[in-house]
Order: sequence, then structure tokens, then C-alpha cells
Amino acid sequence: MTERAPLERARTFDEVACGYTLEEALRESERCLRCPDEPCIRGCPVGIDIPGFIARIGETDLRGAYDVLTDTTLLPAVCGRVCPQETQCEGLCTVGDTLEPVAVGRLERFVGDMAIKEGWSSIPFIEPSGLKVAVVGSGPAGMACAADMAKVGCNVTVFEAFQQPGGVLRYGIPDFRLPNDVVDEEVEKLARLGITFRCNTLVGRLFTIEQMVTEMRFDVVFIGVGAGTPTFTGIPGESLNGVLSANELLTRCNLMRARDFPEYDTPIAVGRRVVVIGAGNTAMDALRVCLRLGAESVSCVYRRGRAEAPARGEELHHAEQEGVRFEWLTDPIEILGDGKHGVRAIRCRRMELGEADATGRRRPVAVGDSDFEIECDSVVFAIGTNANPIIGQTSKLALDERGYIKVDEDLATSMAGVFAGGDIVTGAATVIEAMGAGRRAARAMKRYLGLRDTDGVYDEAASGEALFGIADGQRNHARLVLV
Amino acid sequence: MSAHDPAYEIVKREDFSDVTYLLEVHHPEMARAARPGQFVIVMSHPKGERIPLTLADFDAGRGTITLVVQAVGKTTREMQRDLQVGSSVYALIGPMGEPSHIGPAKKVVCVGGGLGVAPVYPQARAYHERGAYVIGVIGFRNKDLVFWEDKFRAVCDEFIVCSDDGSVGMKGLVTAGIEVALSRHADIEQLIAIGPPIMMRGCAEVTRPHKTPTIVSLNPIMVDGTGMCGGCRVKVGDRIRFACVEGPEFDAHQVDFEDLMFRLQRFKPEEKAALERWQQGCRMEAEVHGGSSARMEAEAHGRSSGGGAPRWS
Repeated sequence: MTERAPLERARTFDEVACGYTLEEALRESERCLRCPDEPCIRGCPVGIDIPGFIARIGETDLRGAYDVLTDTTLLPAVCGRVCPQETQCEGLCTVGDTLEPVAVGRLERFVGDMAIKEGWSSIPFIEPSGLKVAVVGSGPAGMACAADMAKVGCNVTVFEAFQQPGGVLRYGIPDFRLPNDVVDEEVEKLARLGITFRCNTLVGRLFTIEQMVTEMRFDVVFIGVGAGTPTFTGIPGESLNGVLSANELLTRCNLMRARDFPEYDTPIAVGRRVVVIGAGNTAMDALRVCLRLGAESVSCVYRRGRAEAPARGEELHHAEQEGVRFEWLTDPIEILGDGKHGVRAIRCRRMELGEADATGRRRPVAVGDSDFEIECDSVVFAIGTNANPIIGQTSKLALDERGYIKVDEDLATSMAGVFAGGDIVTGAATVIEAMGAGRRAARAMKRYLGLRDTDGVYDEAASGEALFGIADGQRNHARLVLV
Repeated sequence: MSAHDPAYEIVKREDFSDVTYLLEVHHPEMARAARPGQFVIVMSHPKGERIPLTLADFDAGRGTITLVVQAVGKTTREMQRDLQVGSSVYALIGPMGEPSHIGPAKKVVCVGGGLGVAPVYPQARAYHERGAYVIGVIGFRNKDLVFWEDKFRAVCDEFIVCSDDGSVGMKGLVTAGIEVALSRHADIEQLIAIGPPIMMRGCAEVTRPHKTPTIVSLNPIMVDGTGMCGGCRVKVGDRIRFACVEGPEFDAHQVDFEDLMFRLQRFKPEEKAALERWQQGCRMEAEVHGGSSARMEAEAHGRSSGGGAPRWS
């Protein structure tokens, strides 16, 4: 797959990976061995029929490939871009034992993008069930749950606090990894399933979860609000101007379009030299955003080594290619001021890896007398998030000791009819894991409502009839059957 | 897609002065949910910034919430120009933050400085409705800037107006008014002060020796207002708190006001550049349309403190 040249792309927000051409996709699809035991499917949190959709590509039946994908995932253009495939499907690919694994993510993206370009959608004929479902949060968990509930005929409303839907796909993941146009397209597809999106709605404060059940008469509620509250380390100097969370940087830049200041009103000023603390996917996004905002020197400070970095391999690789400096085995100990409440530098200490800790990772230990300073204008913390407190403040839902919502194995909360999933239950995870949680909750919610689960069956004969305002060209040829 | 189905329409506007204006916005659900001390976030148009404004009033019967805004930066001046009755804001989110704790105190002082007069009104009313003895202390630079005197008189048992130049009420800052109240009453159980940080710090220092429990409403820079960005972190005692979800009200005697004031300067160069660019655009437009640019000039040379948008109404 073609990528823009690192030094050229590192100054624009255009997407880095250009996507496969048809020839590239066909060639890649031929590498799939169609293993009978299908290890890749086991690696997929939502269980996509991976050999199935790749086989359709090989037959140049792209529409068929899209139908196979959308049996399971609603957002192929998103997941193809942001899933950590190397630890999931591609990590278990048999071809990968000896060669590069089959590029499942890129193939998925190829089909997802083709569907957007061609205006394909798989809209099932839905028998309205008369049941009202509320989904709190329009990120990946909420979207996946909403889609599954809409497909069994529920009247679904998704509530979003921001002015635009998409959650982390919108405010968090930058355009050079996941363009907001793609998010718009995927949201639009959900809207065509009959799902209503209500933005600017802060659930808990505008109305409570209890009110949604008792006054607003939702038959079932799913909470997928994400984790979202950024953590800082507590080292001296964190109050200085120029110290910010990755969440703030990314939200200003992606959602509020501060990168286009002053055409857009929201400012962001990171200065010439930036240090980002942390080495997860969010840290990689923050580093690469800072490059694109025009910073001359961008450094990543992480207390463990490269092998321990939680970021997806491709993200790390891209950041390295684009000129990010990595200070591995380096612990930040103090942010130094410039005397005007701004940042002058960050003092760090070298570390080495010692004994394994409870998580099995080797614990970093300080190297004596190794302090040094990195001069910088901004320090960005990308070291994880805590549970957002609003649902806890405004409802009687049982929380665990860290403030995350307590659920049982069906993702049911302590309140009857209220389910929760994604980061607000597990703590920060990936987009596809959140989608998986949304779908798991949907299965339990259907049981709770007494809805029998359904399966999509593609029925070419039915394509003449259009529902939900679908244009003639957009065949809605899936029919739901009870299983 | 119905992402923006509700129109947040301006149903009433009142201009208190050249720079201060009131907007009453239609949002029945929010009017029912709002409590004293809470704030909202407004985005006036799709390219706008999200600005936090503390609720000045809410009326479930009329289905509206009320904001009082001061035109100091680009966004608030643009809102002053564009938001007329019948127009709508692009986004209105809230109510946000923990509501004020309207406790069992029998005698309270509600202090508002400048624009802070507006958001302290709901507290004064709430205490009045609970049967507390309410002493209102409001301060302005001069008599031309005074607003809502009658609203306050209706809910206050005692009412002190202060002005910097003595053109109305007693001459002096609100802290002088608080001293008067404290000297008259030995049994004040609670004081709430809202206004510019420097004023709130002054109030905290006045009540500290008396050990009068004192609450202030903080106005840091924030983006989402839902606990996600951490831009609004403030030092309270020895802890870092997020004003948007843990506040905006905190114990005045614990707040590090100096830190707050420094952090409010964070985007000063960008705010200045945005304002200058906007004024330039306005002047050019005025010339093209043959209109007078006198008003814009007056604004340009008017109040310029505070840098950008006010973080409180």
C-alpha cells in the first residue's frame, strides 16, 4: 500500500496511508491460504469472517466482500484503519509464521472505502419492535450497540455530549489516520438504519440515567461514554502553561479544528519543541499531531523500552519515519518553568529494566546520577485515562473502586435495564474492543427485552423496495430472519 | 441525520452596556435541569470555539436559560454582533458542573462583581426561597454598568451596591461591602462570591480572619466541560481539581488564585491575534458597505482586559 513520503506528510493532516488500488488488493487477497481452522477469526474481537470477505475480493466481488464484512462490523473503513491487527487477526495469520501476514486491515479498509465511494449500504428490512433504546455516547461502543439494536427493530436514540457524533473517532484519532469524512460516512450509515443521533446532550446533567428509564420511557439503556478523564503524574511543574493532556491537544486539533486557527476560533499553541510523555497509540497521535502543527522538534519520553511500548507497531513505525525522537527508558521527574509560568524544559532520569512486576512487564529502575534536561515549550501527557465521574455523580449505578461502572458477565449494571460497555467498564482499550463490548451488550439487551436474535440474509430479489429513504442505487437487500 | 435538530433560539436580548449583554435562550429540557452554580458551553457557529458561561438564570415555565456575556474577545464580540432575537446558537450544552450546595445556612452573603453579578443571582434566589436571610453585595465600576438591581432587591433582605468611583451606592470594591456586612452581622454562616479572580481572591482574604465559609465559582479555560481535556485543572488545597466536573465552585480559602490567573493567560497571544484579525475584517466590511466603523473602533479601544472570551458570565 502506498504511503505519503514521511517528511512530506509530517507537515499535513492528509491521510498517511493512501489505501490499496484494486490490483494491489487482488494481489494481496491471493496470499490468503483459506486455512480450515481460520485462526484469524479467533483473533478478531467481533469475529469477522475474514477468509470469507478476502475470498470475495479475490473473485472481484467487492460488493459481496462488503456484505460479508457488514454481517459483523458496521464500520469497516474505520476498523481497517485503526484496529491493532498485528496483535489480532494478522498476529494469528498462518502466512505470518514465515512471511508478512496477509494485510487483513488494509483489505478491510479497501472494501470499506469502496463502499463509501460507491454509496453501498446494507440496510436490512426491519420490523419495528416498538421498543425504545437509548445509547449514551456515540463512540465505537455506542455505535456498535446502536446498530445491533436498530437491526432488530428497536427505536434507537444515541446521545452525544459533543456537537458532532463519533466519540473518540472524532475527537481523538487524527485525520491523517482516520479522516473525519470517513467518520461522517459511517455515522450516516447508522442514521440510515433509522438511528437518531442527539448531539449536545450531556447525559447525567441534562437528564439522569434514572430519568431515562422512568420518565423518558426507554426500555433499555446502554452506557458507552468512554473513560476519557486524563491522568497526570503529579511531578512538579504540571500547572505551567504549556503542559496539557493528549486529550486536550487532540480534541482542540481534531474536533475543534485548532489546526486551522484562526479560520476556526479554537487556539492551540505547542511551540517549537514538544515533549510527549507516554508511548501508547494516543501518544503516537499526539507526537505526530505536534509535527503537523509545525513543531521543529518532537520527542517521546517513555520509562520503559521500545519493546514494551503499548502503541500499535505501525503507529510507532510511522512516528519514527516522520522524525519523532524517542527517549526510551526515560522517566520525567520535573517540568521546569521559564519564569513566566511557561515551560522551559523537562528534567528526566534514565532508567533500566529490572525484575518483572505483577503484570509480567519488567519494572523500570532509575539509573543513578543520570538526570538530564530536554528543552521544550510544551509537555503533553499521554499516560492514560481514568473513569469519567459524571455518570457516578448523577446516578446510583454501582461503580468499582476506581470509578468504572460495575457490570456482570452480560454487561448489565446494578440497575435493571441499564447496560454498560467499553472504556467506562474496562478502562482505556481499543476501538475494536469497545465495538466488541457494544455488540456483547446488545446481545444481552435483546435477551433482556425478550427479542430473539436475528441474522442477516442477503436477498437480491428484495432489492427493488427501498426503505428509510434509501436511494434506488443503494440496494437494501438484506432481510432479517429469526434464528 | 438529525444531529442538530433542536435550534437553540435566542428569545430575548438585553444590552446592559456597550459591552455587556443578556441572552435568553430556548432550551426547555435544560431549563428544567439547571440548578444554581452550574454552567453551559456555547458554540455560536460551526467554526466557533466552545466557551463556558455560568448560568445567570433559568425558567422552567418559559423553557429558557439566561446568560450574561461580556464582549471582550473575538468570540464574545462576534456573539454581541450576531446573536439577535430570532437567531440561534450552533451548540448549547449543559447544564454542567456540580450544582451549588444550597445548605441550611440561615444567614448568607451573595457577592457579585461586575459580570459575576449575574451568576450569583440564582444562589441568592435559592437561599431566599429556603427562607435564609440573604445579604446581597454587588459591585460595578460605575453606575452605567449596573444591572439587575431590582432582581436582587426582590430576593435580598439587605442589599449593598458598591462602585469603584462612588457614582452609585457606596464607593469602594465589593470587599468593602463585605466588611460592612460582616460588621453588622456576627452570625453570617456562608458567603458566595463570583467575579473576576482578583475580586474573588480579595473576598477570600476578607472572610479568612472571620473563618466565614466562603465559596467561589472558578472560571478556568476549558474545551469540553465534561472532564475530558483537563485544561480546567485548578489547585485547591494540595490537590489538583478539574473545575468542570468537580467544580466550578470551591472553598475560596483553599483556592490558589495566582495559579488560576496565570493559567487564564495561556492563550493570550492567540486571543489577541484573533481579536485583531476580526476587527480588521469588521473594519473592511464596514468600509465596503459604506457603514460607519465607529462602533468597532469604540470597541477596539474599550475594555481589553482579560485577554479573550470571559470564562464566566
